Amino acid sequence: AYKRFSELLPKEERENAFSARVPKSQILTLPELRANPFQHRICHVFSTSESRDDSMSFEDFLDMLSVFSDSATSDIKSHYAFRIFDFDEDGTLDRKDLEQLVNCLTGQGEESGLSSAEMEQLIQNILEESDIDKDGTINLSEFQHVVSRSPDFASSFKIVL
Amino acid sequence: DGSDDHEEGSAVENEETGKGTDKGRKRATPRTRRAHPRGRDRHGDEEDEDDEEGTRRAGHRRHRSRRRGRAAGNEASDSDMEPAKARKNQANQKSKEDDGEEEDEKGGKSGKGKNEKKGDKKTDKKGKKEKANKKKKDKKKSGSGSDSESEEEPITEEELAKLKEEVEEKKKLIATLRNKPWKMKKKLSVLKEAQLFVEKFEGALGKGKGKKFYAYKVMMTKKWMKFQRDFENFKTACIPWEMKIKEIESHFGSSVASYFIFLRWMYGINMILFGLTFGLVMVPEALMGKPYGSLPRKTVPRAEEATAMNFATLWDFSGFAQYSVLFYGYYNNQRTIGWLKFRMPLSYFLVGVGSIGYSFMIVTRTMAKNANDDGGGDDTSFNFSWKMFTSWDYLIGNPETADNKFASITTSFKEAIVEEQESRKEENIHLTRFLRVLANFLALCTLAGSGYLIFFVVRRSQQFALEGLENYGWWERNEVNTVMSLLGMFCPTLFDVISSLENYHPRIALRWQLGRIFALFLGNLYTFIIALMDEINLKARYLFSFTLEEEKIVKYNMTIWEASLYNGTIPENSTAPPIQVDPADVPRGPCWETMVGQEFVRLTVSDMMTTYITILIGDFLRAVFVRFFNYCWCWDLEYGFPSYSEFDISGNVLGLIFNQGMIWMGSFYAPCLPAINVFRLHTSMYLQCWAVMCCNVPQERVFKASRSNNFYMAMLLFILFLSTLPAVYTIVSIPPSFDCGPFSGKTRMFEVISETLEHDFPSWFGKVFGYASNPGLILPFILLMVLSLYYLNATSKSYKEANLELKKKLQ
Repeated sequence: AYKRFSELLPKEERENAFSARVPKSQILTLPELRANPFQHRICHVFSTSESRDDSMSFEDFLDMLSVFSDSATSDIKSHYAFRIFDFDEDGTLDRKDLEQLVNCLTGQGEESGLSSAEMEQLIQNILEESDIDKDGTINLSEFQHVVSRSPDFASSFKIVL
Repeated sequence: DGSDDHEEGSAVENEETGKGTDKGRKRATPRTRRAHPRGRDRHGDEEDEDDEEGTRRAGHRRHRSRRRGRAAGNEASDSDMEPAKARKNQANQKSKEDDGEEEDEKGGKSGKGKNEKKGDKKTDKKGKKEKANKKKKDKKKSGSGSDSESEEEPITEEELAKLKEEVEEKKKLIATLRNKPWKMKKKLSVLKEAQLFVEKFEGALGKGKGKKFYAYKVMMTKKWMKFQRDFENFKTACIPWEMKIKEIESHFGSSVASYFIFLRWMYGINMILFGLTFGLVMVPEALMGKPYGSLPRKTVPRAEEATAMNFATLWDFSGFAQYSVLFYGYYNNQRTIGWLKFRMPLSYFLVGVGSIGYSFMIVTRTMAKNANDDGGGDDTSFNFSWKMFTSWDYLIGNPETADNKFASITTSFKEAIVEEQESRKEENIHLTRFLRVLANFLALCTLAGSGYLIFFVVRRSQQFALEGLENYGWWERNEVNTVMSLLGMFCPTLFDVISSLENYHPRIALRWQLGRIFALFLGNLYTFIIALMDEINLKARYLFSFTLEEEKIVKYNMTIWEASLYNGTIPENSTAPPIQVDPADVPRGPCWETMVGQEFVRLTVSDMMTTYITILIGDFLRAVFVRFFNYCWCWDLEYGFPSYSEFDISGNVLGLIFNQGMIWMGSFYAPCLPAINVFRLHTSMYLQCWAVMCCNVPQERVFKASRSNNFYMAMLLFILFLSTLPAVYTIVSIPPSFDCGPFSGKTRMFEVISETLEHDFPSWFGKVFGYASNPGLILPFILLMVLSLYYLNATSKSYKEANLELKKKLQ
């Protein structure tokens, strides 16, 4: 993993990789992240840079890999998944977040998205299913409740170098 | 810092007496002062640490100075208590170690050849850690006057116990640290603190109580853990084809990769079967049995000798191949062979039974494991939410696949929406029902037709055999195999067309499709077996009624013929020095087991050839055609009719399963079958990996790999069961040929067991066995098993119901 990380750095900084930060554009060239619709969110969530430029140090990189690895518990995965899906970072998944999520999932093209009626219907269904306290948003525990029952979550929320 | 000591002392006491939250809170304060970097994240906030962290920032945490046993399930208790305090102090060390181990495993998985980098990291980290160490020590010194003093003074029993408690708690924290959703830095710092603490005091604990021994024990544990970790890394690096499968996974998603994982698993099983048959049957016979040419059964008959070395004959597995260790007929029925007194017939029998037993065991075990992973089963209560949150496969790394995945997700959303709207609609039931009945009828017709075709073809081939195969060309000779392979190729497509009549939901349609293909293959295989058995029975009946006479005839022929060599006098006793007759000239009896083995081997080989040719023609040539002719063709080939082929997962998996069924059936008669299959799987893995990457496009409809896994296992188990039936039938009821094989001369094959019991075991053993096989004992035993089955079934049902109830309550 260290090797992969240092490859992302320009040559001069390689020896100092422990303390160096890799800019976001470089991270996104990783093959595992390249095709991921949530790439920006992932970088943002795992980055600890003070300047908010979403660059990642080696520790952040490790953090990310550790969460996405096979041996992470479903608890940790769902915790981070929630943070990734929370586009406006308000701690809950409200309608806008869900809409954005659907748009990410259905691709960026014009013809491949859902119509607004379908979108409405979809979000309505989701909220019906998962929103237990009926406040119109999905918070962390509701999210974890839903996702922990899914048999595919652990196997799909996985990145291996 | 006297107050700190005090509080620490009381803290320790508190830890001892109970993990109550208020006490925890009390402890929180002194610790804050002592280790202020950890202070802020008391409540699990993700605040940034201060500059202390800066010094500790290191690469990988490879610092593993010790490992303790882990308290696995302590997360729950931890989270109950006041978070920070509990986590930090009680299980610091353990969680650090755990985290590190996870890193190790992850590193091992993800960077197999990156160990050298880890080494670098280790030294670097150690350097940083030492810096941190010093800082910590200073802090600790300031805050732990009592502790350092206690190192010098004799530690009282209570303090010792307290320290032990504290150390244990730290270990627990370490164990659970991995599972906390903290930032890496926080985890690192917490881990280091705990590790230092444990390191510092564990040595002290041993004082006055055989410290040396304790320290030695600790060191050994550490070394053992390190060894285990290295071994784990090594094992992960050893898994064959891991990189290939990962590549395929990133291009095609996890469902296609699951086929290859299945293939690899099959390869493992076949390797073991190969090891058994090769090591325990073929090698002893080759090394210690009588060599080729010494016995009639081991020599090519004179009549066939001329063609025995031809490639055509060898490809057909007759000639020299037939009279070798590869087939049943070669083996001698001598009870022991060689100077090791190796019991050949017994070994042959036990290997046959053992390989089937082993296969059963491993398939059932894998099924049980998969059933555990599957969880609560088919729950559709969160349909939409799951689609939303879990449908993206993070392993996809290829933009093309990603596009496909987007499209399929969109489609599935739309489908789900439409489905829900339509579920309230009424449809034209009668028309649909009629169409479905029609479709099923057509499918049945196809199945029946293919079964009859195979039967017909097998009968014809027997006729050919009677009239001598030399009169016919290649087609007649290989008719049976080619017909079966062709049927396997075309009928599934036919089923696909038929299923379009039925208008089912795609998931249900897929299940029908799989079921029909399964029935097709099964029908074909069994028709083939029955036709073969028919032939054997014919011969056996023939043999039965004429067996003694035929034996006599053959033996009489032999004596007459020997006599002719003695210048006309029939020898009165057999002690006359036997003239050395070339075994090739001795007249032979029929040997049906070898014939059956040969049939299976031919079938396997032709199946293999057909698969390879299909891949080459169907996928590769098609891709070449589409790619190069697209420029000069009227319509767009890539989107239109031929286009690139998709990887047909279900077809391939079923083919694999049936191939394995044939191996299981035939390996008793032809010990070479597992070897051939290992070769076949090996080449098939490379060929298919190449073909998939080169000629196939990702599927339009990507279906989940997880649920189908157990379906394939169930089919495998079913096939295994069905394949063992013919072998068991022949062992139990058909007498072995008198002239070939390790059981010749016995009336039933399993008599070898009783023979062994008589000769090789003490007599009381035989008596015990005799009593145990008494029906009076076996029947109650069967009854007991049935009862326990029923009881276990009832218990599991009640558990499931309780589960459902709880689930409902949770919602």
